Parts: sequence; C-alpha cells; structure tokens
Amino acid sequence: MIEYLRYLGAEALDFLGNLGRASLMWGRALSGLPQWNDIGLLMRQIYNIGVLSLVIIILSAFSIGAVIALQFHTQLAKFGAEDAVGVGLAMVLLRELGPVVTALLFAGRAGSAITAEIGLMKSTEQLSSMEMMGVDPLRRIVAPRLWAGMLCLPLLTAIFNVVAIYGGVVVAVEWLGADPSSYWIGMQDVVELWEDLGKGMVKSVFFAVLVTWIAVYQGYDTVPTAEGIGMSTTRTVVLSSVMVLATDFLLTLSMYGDFG
Amino acid sequence: MVDEKSSDNLIEIRGLYLKRGRRVVFDGLDMSIPRGKITALMGPSGTGKTTLLKVIGGQVAPDAGEVIVNGLDVCRASRAELFELRKNIGMLFQSSALFTDMSVAENVAFPLREHTDLPDDSIRDLVLMKLNAVGLRGARDLMPNELSGGMARRVALARAIALDPLLLMYDEPFTGQDPIAMGVVQSLIKRLNHAFAATSLVVSHDIHETITIAEQIYIIADGKVIGHGPPDHLRSHDSSLIRQFVHGTPDGPVPFHYPADELNFDLLGEVSK
Repeated sequence: MIEYLRYLGAEALDFLGNLGRASLMWGRALSGLPQWNDIGLLMRQIYNIGVLSLVIIILSAFSIGAVIALQFHTQLAKFGAEDAVGVGLAMVLLRELGPVVTALLFAGRAGSAITAEIGLMKSTEQLSSMEMMGVDPLRRIVAPRLWAGMLCLPLLTAIFNVVAIYGGVVVAVEWLGADPSSYWIGMQDVVELWEDLGKGMVKSVFFAVLVTWIAVYQGYDTVPTAEGIGMSTTRTVVLSSVMVLATDFLLTLSMYGDFG
Repeated sequence: MVDEKSSDNLIEIRGLYLKRGRRVVFDGLDMSIPRGKITALMGPSGTGKTTLLKVIGGQVAPDAGEVIVNGLDVCRASRAELFELRKNIGMLFQSSALFTDMSVAENVAFPLREHTDLPDDSIRDLVLMKLNAVGLRGARDLMPNELSGGMARRVALARAIALDPLLLMYDEPFTGQDPIAMGVVQSLIKRLNHAFAATSLVVSHDIHETITIAEQIYIIADGKVIGHGPPDHLRSHDSSLIRQFVHGTPDGPVPFHYPADELNFDLLGEVSK
C-alpha cells in the first residue's frame, strides 16, 4: 500500500515537474514576437511543417469527404433525403472531423518529425554548443517551430475542410447523381459562419498549440540516446492524439453545451 | 559586455559542490586558471571533467560554491548575463557538435552572423581566415556528414575561435584522432592560444599530448583537486595516485576493476563457498 502511494506520489511529482519545465520552455520561447531577422527561420519551418504536410492532408481529406458522402447518400436515400448529404457532410466536417482529423494527421506527420529533429540535435550536442556560443536555442530552434506549428495547423484545417467537401461533391453529385444545387444551397442555408466554421477553427487553434507544444517539449526534454529519441517520438504522437481527442470533447461541451 | 577584470586569473573556482542523484561529483573543489596560459584538466574517467567545463560555461548549476569567470559569478548570473559571457568563450565539444544542416563555412559563420552586424563580404573573409588557420579553407562547401572525425574537430575549432574568444575550452580534443591529426590539433591549440592571447583549458586523457602543450595541470579525482602544478612537478609527485595517472599504470590507488564480488564467486556462485 505504502509502495503504491509512493509510486503515485513520484508519478505526480514527475508530471508536475514536466508541466513546469514545459511551461517555462513555452514561455521563454514565445516571449516576444519573432524578430525580423528570424523571419527566414520561420519561413523554413513553415515549409517543413506546413507545406510538406499538404500531401497527406489533401489525400486524407479527399478520401474522408468521399467516404462520408457515400455513407450519407446510401443511408439518407432510404428516406428519400439525399439532398441533405451536403448539409450533413459540411456540419460533420466543419464542427468535428476537420479540426480533429487534421490535428491527428499533423501530430503523426509534423509532430513526430519536430520531436525527432530536436531530440537528435540534443543528442549530438548541437543545442549545447549553440548555448555555449551565446545563442539561445529556445529562440533559434524552438520558437520558429512553435510559431510555425501554431500558424500551419489552422491553415491545414481550412484546406482539409475545402478538399473534403470537394471529395463529397465528386461522390455525391458527380458519381451518385445528387442534385448539385440542393447540395450547395442546403449547405449555404444551414451552415453558419461563426457557429460552425468559426468554432471549428477555434478548436484547431487549441489543437495547434497543444500538438506543437507537446512535440517541441518532447524533443527538447528527451533522453539523448537512440532509445530515448524513439520513446519521445512515440510519446509525441500518443500524447498529442489523446490530448486532442480529450480537448475536443471538452471544447465541444463548452461551445455547443446545453445538451440538457 | 562583461568587464575585463585585471585579475591574473581568468577563472576562480571556490568550494564547488555538485551532487547528481546520490553521487557527489564535486566535493569542495578549488581551482584557479591563469590568464593567457594553457591549463590542462586531467583525471580518471567519470570524475566530472566535462561537467566542470559545463559549470564554467554556466550550463550546469552547482549546489554550492563560487565560479567566477572573467569577473562574473556564473552561479548567480542572470540568463542574459550568461549569454553575454558566452560570447567570450569558445568551446570545442568532444562530438564536434557541428550543425548538420549547414555547410562547413556556414557553421563557422554562425556565431559571426548571430553576434555581429558585419556585412556578408567581411563575414566571408573572416570565415576563410578561420578555416585557413585550421587548414580547411578548401573544405568550406562540404557538409558535416562529408567530413572525417578529425576534419570535423578542426571545423568545430574554427567555429569556436570565430569570435576571437578570451577563453577556449577543449573537451577531449585528441580522442579518436589518428597520430597525424593529433599532432595537428596539438600544435593548433598552442598556436591559437598564442595568436589570440587567449586562455585555454584542455580536458584530456592523453597524457603525452597534453603534457607537451600544457603550462599547468590540474588532476582531479573523487570530486577534489588532488594535485596541480607544472607538468615536470607532477611527474615526480609524492602521491602514488598522481604518479599512477601521469605514468599511466593500469593498477594502483585507482583500481582496474569496478567494485565487484570475487571472480570465483561470480563464476561458480554458491559452489565456491
């Protein structure tokens, strides 16, 4: 019993220590907006983190949009309500699937890469040597990745939504022959700018901060060995995914609350 | 900028105490590193020599004691003061620690670009001069993964001297080098110390190479300084531990074996009892 309590205590202390270190790192890295001199570093990370994630985001968005349209169309056709495919698809995507799936894909594609890169820099003493040269690695290495991640994920979410809706059009309208005007007009009538699109984008900003923060911290705090970097990379993906899903539930509850 | 103090010693360490987990790394260590000289820091593996370099650079905070570098107490300095001080320190890491996404020339230019407003032309000229000093001007466009270990060490050295530092710290500069490269690094350390009127602190296991260039040697063991002085003085020292180290004999006060049970007990277990 005492052993168990001691274990719980040690785990709790460990968690609080990590949270403290992660918060300090985040605060120090983001104190002050990026300087003009650092804009090149930021652009490079936007390319690495955002542009290089485009392929997986577009391919996934198209197939997810297509599959949902297919399912909706077959189910709704039973009630003669195929015209509602566009509305249903848009609501599901904008409110939930767009932000959540993009964040999960982003954690797998860009989050893991950020952790591995920073972790390897730490294990080869590149971060230490930078510090000894009087250059703060939090400013030079961590900050551009944090800013780039926080900028790119909401943009990728917007692209995901657009492509997925187009995927739905290809299946529902082009292939299964739904009426294009009711597909689009239904969507226009029902979808609200703030309630559906806006709140979905706010979610993606939360996820962006969360995933990028976890990825950068896991790399910065890694045990500098091959095994340590492997574990940190795994932790980034697992922890980001769980946190995104849990946060999504809480955000949905507070945004669309009143489920009475 | 940190004020240059006129004291004869660039580094003063008093009563340094550092604990890592249950292990005491430094237990009241005192040391003075004179300006303008090459001081070697030696001792058996695991005595915290590299850690001491990190303490001097302010990367590791001790539990107690005072570490004054060029007039600044690094244990009590703010983050900004530390970063300012480090502009005057060049450190050669054991792993070279070159930035793998930059070419040789960009690596050497890095501290110049970060800390000066020099135009690109001047930075280019300075980089070529630093690379020329280590004999690698021709390798400026190579990437770190195209360099041999010895070449990488020399590029790292060129980068460490880019800002003409007051203090140069070398962590195991001879390890893993072939005899020619070892000789090159040895003469470079001597030449650079002279050319930049810098103070050099060399951490090394390689007795012969270090003794030839060092003007003063500190030997640390068990968290304390067990002997210091000029190389000749240490060779004929009274302490058997220092003699064992300086002459490189495998067994002596520092045992060859890590503490363990008797060999026959380990191999035969209970039977041997």
